Amino acid sequence: MKNKLLHILFRYGSIIVILGVILFFSLTLPHFFSYANLTDILRSISIVTFVAIGVTLSLIVDGFDLSVGSTVSIATVVSASMMVWYEQPIYIVIGVPLLIGAAIGCINAFFIVKVRIPDLLATLAIMYIVSGLHKTYTSGYSIYNNMQFQDGTKAPGKFSESFLWLGQGEWLGIPVPVILLIIAVAVVHVFLTYTRFGRQMYVTGGNEEAARLSGIKVKKVRTLAYVASGVFAAFGGVLFAARIGSGQIDAGAPLLMEAVAAVFVGFSIMGAGKPNVIGTFFGAVLIGVLVNGLTMMNVQYFMHDIIKGIVLVLALSVTFYYLYRTRSGKN
Amino acid sequence: MTANQEELRLEHITKSFAGVPALKSVDFTVHRGEIHALLGANGAGKSTLMKILSGAYTLDAGTITIGPREVKLHSPSDAKKNGIHCVYQEVDTALVPQITVAENILLDRLSTREGGLWHSWGQIYREAEEAIAKLGASIDVRKKVEGLSLSEKQLVLIARTLVEKAKFIIFDEPTAPLSHEETTNLFRVMKQMKAEGIGCIFISHRLPEVFEHCDRVTVMRDGQQVYTESCEASSMDEVIRHMLGKTFEEEFPKRNVPIGEVILQTDQLTSGTRVKQVDMQVRSGEIVSVVGLVGAGKSELSNVLFGALRRDQGHIFMHGRKLSVKNPSDAIEAGIVLVPEERRKHGIMVEDSVQQNLSLPLLRQLSRIGFVRGRREQEHAQRLVDRLGVKTSSLKQQVKFLSGGNQQKVAIGKWVETKADVFLFDEPTKGVDIGAKSDIFRLIGDLAHQGKGILYFTCEFAEAIGIADRILVMCEGRVVKEFSRDEATQEKLLYYASAGQEDES
Repeated sequence: MKNKLLHILFRYGSIIVILGVILFFSLTLPHFFSYANLTDILRSISIVTFVAIGVTLSLIVDGFDLSVGSTVSIATVVSASMMVWYEQPIYIVIGVPLLIGAAIGCINAFFIVKVRIPDLLATLAIMYIVSGLHKTYTSGYSIYNNMQFQDGTKAPGKFSESFLWLGQGEWLGIPVPVILLIIAVAVVHVFLTYTRFGRQMYVTGGNEEAARLSGIKVKKVRTLAYVASGVFAAFGGVLFAARIGSGQIDAGAPLLMEAVAAVFVGFSIMGAGKPNVIGTFFGAVLIGVLVNGLTMMNVQYFMHDIIKGIVLVLALSVTFYYLYRTRSGKN
Repeated sequence: MTANQEELRLEHITKSFAGVPALKSVDFTVHRGEIHALLGANGAGKSTLMKILSGAYTLDAGTITIGPREVKLHSPSDAKKNGIHCVYQEVDTALVPQITVAENILLDRLSTREGGLWHSWGQIYREAEEAIAKLGASIDVRKKVEGLSLSEKQLVLIARTLVEKAKFIIFDEPTAPLSHEETTNLFRVMKQMKAEGIGCIFISHRLPEVFEHCDRVTVMRDGQQVYTESCEASSMDEVIRHMLGKTFEEEFPKRNVPIGEVILQTDQLTSGTRVKQVDMQVRSGEIVSVVGLVGAGKSELSNVLFGALRRDQGHIFMHGRKLSVKNPSDAIEAGIVLVPEERRKHGIMVEDSVQQNLSLPLLRQLSRIGFVRGRREQEHAQRLVDRLGVKTSSLKQQVKFLSGGNQQKVAIGKWVETKADVFLFDEPTKGVDIGAKSDIFRLIGDLAHQGKGILYFTCEFAEAIGIADRILVMCEGRVVKEFSRDEATQEKLLYYASAGQEDES
């Protein structure tokens, strides 16, 4: 009986919490449950979900990517600078940050897979380097339309309309970032669940040695997971720039922990018990709903972190307690 | 007190795992001051019985008494409190390498309340030295354990049991990894302990040493105690007869298969210190068994052939073509597959389903443009499950819930539909029950019949003689002797496996 309850809690706990939180806010806040507000929530979580997809991929291969936050930051300022400083066309504005994200992924993978530094430590070091690089690149200033340089001259460019549309536009009444988000989640979900490579990723994360002895090229799989993680984080950064309309310094720093929280809340969605992208999406939704509701209730923003932390620790408790019990109990 | 009053008595011990009986009403008695050998083939239930005695498993039914008193052993610390200690085969799991010998010897005390808040280094060293001296050994107790040899580590563990005032000590295959002198030394220590009134339970596969040093012998087979006798009144033949029940030949008849061309060949294959200049050939339809004691380099050889371990020198040829195998995926590409020894760690993904495990090496064939085709995957898995006789409730069942034998069938089964020409089996019958064992032998026979080359690595000499067309004996990384099926006897194999270098003609 107790086990059954635990099982239900594990399978549906996060969903129940999400529905409960939505219900609570809907009853207490008159404007909460409206189309405008709900799309607003989705729009607000779109960036962190892209970052969280990256974290999900690295966790699937039993790794961890701490550098996603600074990858977001560097992608934000680079895409902004491409427009404002160099007046580049949009494919460069988006392409260059994505390439940088991929490069960061490659560097992470090199140190983790080749040099064999533990993932947390390697990506921690890279996180610092990238964070320093993006501030050096902008000399510590945020980038905005026709910004003034220190020598008194003005930057030539502006944020282009088409770029801003990515972050602020709407299509059929749905915000563009939300559309991008849903496409990304769907594509990654299909990729992980139905393709050979997705299967290989889970197998590699589950037992690297057994995977290697089954003929899977585990180094390649892990490298690609980190590269994908970097690219998704970089795309999150591009969206950030498009959303704000400027290139903020350190934009990504707070996103790291939110992304990690979303992924771990998502662990238990529908009893997956492993990192999965649908779960990650719902994890991000939960965090988005909380932040939105608490803001509307005029809870001070610095208290949000307390609530987010509590949600994370609860989700982790249910997940790991359950996993430990089922794994050790039976065999 | 007389010996009888203090004897350790196990009665009607019964234990099952997931409904599969491992021990069926076993009786076993050890007197103080005797060395009692416990023998049996792999899977006979020796280690299960000893794990119950050392508190690692709890029994389903039966009683354990020491002298007049019944004891309940729910945990290893219960067993230790009752004076029952165990010297495990894997000594490294019981020692902390970074601290000194003395601290390791007194570890149990240092980690409990009785140890007190402070510990005096002088006293620790003194007590540890006393214990080591009692064993007639000379190890510097101030040295760190990581610098010790394997046999010295064993002595440290034995010294620990002395310090804890053990009454009964289980030696779980302690001589398997030891050299000849080290073994002699160990027996001297055991006789010393016997003289102190300690009851020693000695598990071994080596019959000669059992008859040389032990007082009584108990044989187990299929989870039952089948024979107990004093060593003087018994003989090796008698014991072997009880261990085997039926002869291997009767139980697993070999299938005759025409032998064809050479498929796999190695030339001076060398890796580290465990594989030295190995030359060998495997022909189509041939089962070649590589035998040797634990630590002879069999697993390493299989791993080198499979590209899982680095090859330092020498070459591997398939169908006469030189291979450059750098990792397992290269080997699989070339048609060599391995069923590894550590099945649960390396052979299968325990958290995944039967179906997913079986399709893992064939994902490319089962997919179209990268998408795994569900229907084909399922058909493939169903076909293999039927063919191999895997007992599972469904294809979606997680492999961890299957029995050892069925897990092994999955570990083998995932390769059988690949285009592999050479199958390497590393101890495939380890921890597998008798029914699954015969299924596995049948499967290996089928593979040979299809013209595959089979390399069968085992330390079970009887299995090797039963299944192989040719037998290579390995000792310290070298192939020291080759036998044809008809020439080989267990005694000859044991002789070359344990010492064999002198006669290399």
